[in-house]
Amino acid sequence: MEHTLQAAAHATGPLPTHAAGYLWLIPFLPLVGAVINATMGARLQRRFGKGLVHVIGVGTVALSFVVACIAFVQMWGLPPEHRFLQNTVWNAFTAGKVSVDLGFALDPLSMMMALAVTFISALIHVFSIGYMADEPSYWRFFAYMNLFVFSMLLLVMGDNFVLMFFGWEGVGLCSYLLIAFWYTDPQKAAAGMKAFITNRFGDFGFVVGVFLLFWALGGAWQQAPDGKTKYVETDAHAAAYVAAARGEGQGVPHVEIGPTLNFRLLRDQIVNTDTGVAEKLKAQKMFGFGILGVIGILLFVGAMGKSAQLPLHVWLPDAMAGPTPVSALIHAATMVTAGVYMVARLNFLFALSATAMGWVALIGALTALFAASIGFFQYDIKKVLAYSTVSQLGFMFIGVGVGAYWAGAYHLLTHAFFKATLFLCSGSVILACHHEQDMRKMGGLGKPMPITRWTYLVACFAIAGFPWASGFYSKDEILWKAFTQEGLKFLGMPMPYLGQLIYLIGIVAATGTSFYMFRSYYMTFSGEYRGHGHRHLPKESPLSITLVLVALATGAVLAAVIGIPYAWTGHAPLLEHWLEPALPAIVHFAEKSHATEYLFQLIGVSVGVIGWVAARALYKDGRSQVPARLLLRWKRAWTVVYNKYYVDEIYQATILRGSVGFARLCSWFDKYIIDGLVNLAGAIARVAAELDGAIDRYIVDGAVNLVAGATLAAGRGLRRLQTGRIQTYLYGALAGAIAIVFLNFLLK
Amino acid sequence: MISQQNVLSWATFFPLIGLAVILILMATRYFLGFSRRALDELARSTGLIASGLSFFCSVLAWVWFDPSQSGVQLVQHFTWIKGFNIEYLVGVDGLSISMVLLTGLISFVAFVASMPWWSSAKYARMAGMVEHGHDDGHHPQHFSVRMVPGYMCMLLLLQTGMMGTFVALDMFLFYVFWEVMLLPMYFLIGIWGGPRKEYAAIKFFLYTLVGSVLMLLAIIGIYYNSHAAPLADGSMSAGHTFNLIELAKQGQEGVFAGSPAVLGFAFSKIAFIALFIGFAIKIPMFPFHTWLPDAHVEAPTPVSVILAGILLKMGPYGILRFNYPLLPDATQWAAWVVALFGVINIVYAAFVCLAQSDLKKLIAYSSVSHMGFTLLGMSAMTPTGISGAVFNMFSHGIISPMLFLIAGVIYDRAHHREIGRFGGLAQALPEYAGITGLAFFASLGLPGMCGFVSEFLVLVGSFPVFLGFTIISATAVIITAAYYLWAIHRAFLGKLNPVYKDYPDLVWRERLVLYPLGAIAIVLGFYPQAVLGVINPALTLLVSGLRPM
Repeated sequence: MEHTLQAAAHATGPLPTHAAGYLWLIPFLPLVGAVINATMGARLQRRFGKGLVHVIGVGTVALSFVVACIAFVQMWGLPPEHRFLQNTVWNAFTAGKVSVDLGFALDPLSMMMALAVTFISALIHVFSIGYMADEPSYWRFFAYMNLFVFSMLLLVMGDNFVLMFFGWEGVGLCSYLLIAFWYTDPQKAAAGMKAFITNRFGDFGFVVGVFLLFWALGGAWQQAPDGKTKYVETDAHAAAYVAAARGEGQGVPHVEIGPTLNFRLLRDQIVNTDTGVAEKLKAQKMFGFGILGVIGILLFVGAMGKSAQLPLHVWLPDAMAGPTPVSALIHAATMVTAGVYMVARLNFLFALSATAMGWVALIGALTALFAASIGFFQYDIKKVLAYSTVSQLGFMFIGVGVGAYWAGAYHLLTHAFFKATLFLCSGSVILACHHEQDMRKMGGLGKPMPITRWTYLVACFAIAGFPWASGFYSKDEILWKAFTQEGLKFLGMPMPYLGQLIYLIGIVAATGTSFYMFRSYYMTFSGEYRGHGHRHLPKESPLSITLVLVALATGAVLAAVIGIPYAWTGHAPLLEHWLEPALPAIVHFAEKSHATEYLFQLIGVSVGVIGWVAARALYKDGRSQVPARLLLRWKRAWTVVYNKYYVDEIYQATILRGSVGFARLCSWFDKYIIDGLVNLAGAIARVAAELDGAIDRYIVDGAVNLVAGATLAAGRGLRRLQTGRIQTYLYGALAGAIAIVFLNFLLK
Repeated sequence: MISQQNVLSWATFFPLIGLAVILILMATRYFLGFSRRALDELARSTGLIASGLSFFCSVLAWVWFDPSQSGVQLVQHFTWIKGFNIEYLVGVDGLSISMVLLTGLISFVAFVASMPWWSSAKYARMAGMVEHGHDDGHHPQHFSVRMVPGYMCMLLLLQTGMMGTFVALDMFLFYVFWEVMLLPMYFLIGIWGGPRKEYAAIKFFLYTLVGSVLMLLAIIGIYYNSHAAPLADGSMSAGHTFNLIELAKQGQEGVFAGSPAVLGFAFSKIAFIALFIGFAIKIPMFPFHTWLPDAHVEAPTPVSVILAGILLKMGPYGILRFNYPLLPDATQWAAWVVALFGVINIVYAAFVCLAQSDLKKLIAYSSVSHMGFTLLGMSAMTPTGISGAVFNMFSHGIISPMLFLIAGVIYDRAHHREIGRFGGLAQALPEYAGITGLAFFASLGLPGMCGFVSEFLVLVGSFPVFLGFTIISATAVIITAAYYLWAIHRAFLGKLNPVYKDYPDLVWRERLVLYPLGAIAIVLGFYPQAVLGVINPALTLLVSGLRPM
């Protein structure tokens, strides 16, 4: 099935597209909501109350979901290999070879994302009505949330890298605005700033990766005879594949070849192997590595930032400073999965490079374990969930890294449901406990808050990987595929056992996941209420909150239906089948028997049970003394892990201090050296001018004055001659005559 | 009256007519003796109307300009000083039409920002727009009420100089306009500026004059190496020509590459260096940039707006108008050095920004950093890179005036600009915080606003040519985000400093200039092709002769 479909895509040339002129409405509607609330929200809220604000906020997102459903229906009606809806609004810019359309596209993958984003967003917007009811700048919250939905949809639906980056940065902006929503608290404001700047590190890598890919498609960097590396456009080999593409020879008709930022055009020229583009890219080198590996790693740096993977994970736990619905929507269900989506979207590209795949999977696995270990010891319920998110994102990257793209995407979907449930439950709990987030001050909430408790428990089962809850199917599929993937490379070096190693790391992390999730469940809901600060006992949240919890928890269970594995039913899981046209990458896995697969599923379930049992024994009702004793015994190790391995402190001491110090140095250099030189030049000019002035005054003018003075003196002297006495004049005349005679005699 | 032949001249000389009217008004006052206040108001209205008419003409020129045709359009051409082959030749191509539009717009914005009108009583009192008998360091009088007719005259003269520089296609005419620009700028900073205005004004003047002298030498050298060309009346010029279009043709034919050497150095290289330094001072390019922060910090807000919005663009414009077409061989020879300086501008200035505590100085250095993108983009000489470079000139011309207006907003209220002394301003001035956020994010290259498009095009365009430089430049996206967000953090977020509790939020005199610019930044973020489509053909033509890419 799988292979026939891909083979068909390879033979038929470009992907057929279907016009859907209404697609722009999906992102546009939330934008309208955002603009209305941002510009007029304050006034509307004053005059008509908060009702109108959230009607606009929720309404636009809900409408957008409806439009997405219409698109889904249209897509459903098409044959699988035709499922590609396109809506080009206008050409945003063209300069040289760079041409970017404001265009939206839906294929099965982005369709899944668009539906999930709009659906979960709508639910969380409803949740926010109850949660943010006391907030004075209610309008601002909804404006930001709508802006976020707009950006996320742009990211998902944009048909080219630039539009994706547009959404990519847009969600970063909204994340910044919403983390720093309560900006009067400098710490929260700083958390927002940290998120944005850390993301920018990732963006830097992403952008460079895009540039490299763009130009690699149309030429190559080659050593010129003078030893310099120079970019040379399309060479003879390329001309051959262009000819082939034009239909001369055995080529593929109508496939545009050359630099492009458009995903579909990129896909067409890479997936249609007859174009030769894939081979050309594979053969190209850069910095001694295969260029595809470099591109893949650079693009993944962007994903590391956005999806909080090592070592750029530091912003996500701090992002919990934002309101809880934000944590649920942005920092769990949607935005942070953007990196996973990006890798899945570019599956045909990543699959070409075993180095890129290995890198993605390995970083994912390390992050999964690293974050899970921190999750063990956190007391803040939102921090536990934050680290759990980081860890789960690691699992998704294992999936898309080893080539199980559909499984990664599936885990993204199931995670969106169960993590949104968990976060919203925590929000419900935090609201009930008067904004207390420390689990040591909770406990016993199961009785007063039954709905929150049961939904939380359901989501715990889902994330821990128990059969019949969705997380089991997605996580198991990922780990199974990791185990059977034997072709990964680490920075160009083949490592046949890397897949198995990643599987091992993943299994350990999965055990940890189960443990810390149930730990949080027991600490929060079992035993006695430990929060004595308030007289009022916690009570269940209002309907707008609990309804959403139930809806999402149901989703977390039902999502299992679309991922029941092949080994159980004999045909491919529904989601895998649905996503096939969007995931044309060909990845080879080792063949293993069904029995082996069952065995691995058993292992998966048992590690979940182990984690659960251990957490139950240690934390149920808060009676066991073991955790406290263990803590005493391993105090030092505990301190290191509790402080998140001091990664923040290390960054603070190196990167932050370093750049601020360098900035000071530059500023000093500018002020005293460069400007000093300028002022020195000015000073020299002035000294020269003074000197010049002095010369003028004393020498030039002096000479003039000397002449004048001499004339004057001469006049004064001569005046004495003018005595008026005739004798004097006669003596003078006589002296003159004698002198002339004498001179005359001398000259002769 | 206004036709396609003379629209550019109208755009250039409407401000000069306004200046004449103000002078007449001043003389009339001497005879009729109406009040000083009435004269001030009349001078303001005249300035606004004259600048508005010039803006209108520049829009008209934009509308009449046909982007599908390459070459110079809307030409007015007649012989001026026949004996020296000097002509009056104005016209625009895709490169200059965008700058003409920008000049009209930003000058008009500067005029609106120079009016004390449309402000509340409380704000006017705070800003020092109300007569209070004394004008000293503690109670400075607002620039908008100080020696108004003189101020308006200077601003109008400045606008004529700028517009003329962008439309002139005769080297001599160009130089005349270029110099006309200097003097009013000197007085505007030196009379209406801040505490260290004399230092800043002289520094600006001398620095730019050094550039002008080098430029003049190069212009004379080019003139004497040029061949004869036809004049407006159809006759051939005597031996040489000042006509830039003809010079460009001769440059493409290699006339200047083959000119006799000067002191053993190739003429075209010497001419390139002299012209380049002359223009680089205006950009300003490292290490000739230190006049800019001083000039900006001391200049009144509208003058900063013009300085950042238009004057800085003359540097790259000059390079693209003179160096590129006239001296193609030297341009290629120097390309990587230009790129290197571009990278230094981008990264170095960004780091300097990070260490600034004065808001206006931070913005001034960010201008230096952003203009570096233009240098990098044009040195790559790919169609994408050069389009990005020119679009960057335009988008920086929209965003940086916004930033300086924003610095002016808070300075008018608090009379200082120390970022660290603010704090929590978002609570007292929410609307101001919002528009500041918009402008800062536009400047740090957030997609959806024009700054992103220009940076993206520059980086993608120079990537294949200068791989390492481009990657280093791209790190600026991180530093830029850091210094802007940190500035927002220190000034707007956190606890509100009670001193600023009762500050009035934006008044209409500020809204009138900030909102249109913000709207343009957003529109061009979604549809940059509106400008790119016009400038592209000319630029593609320009680089097609330079580097085969």
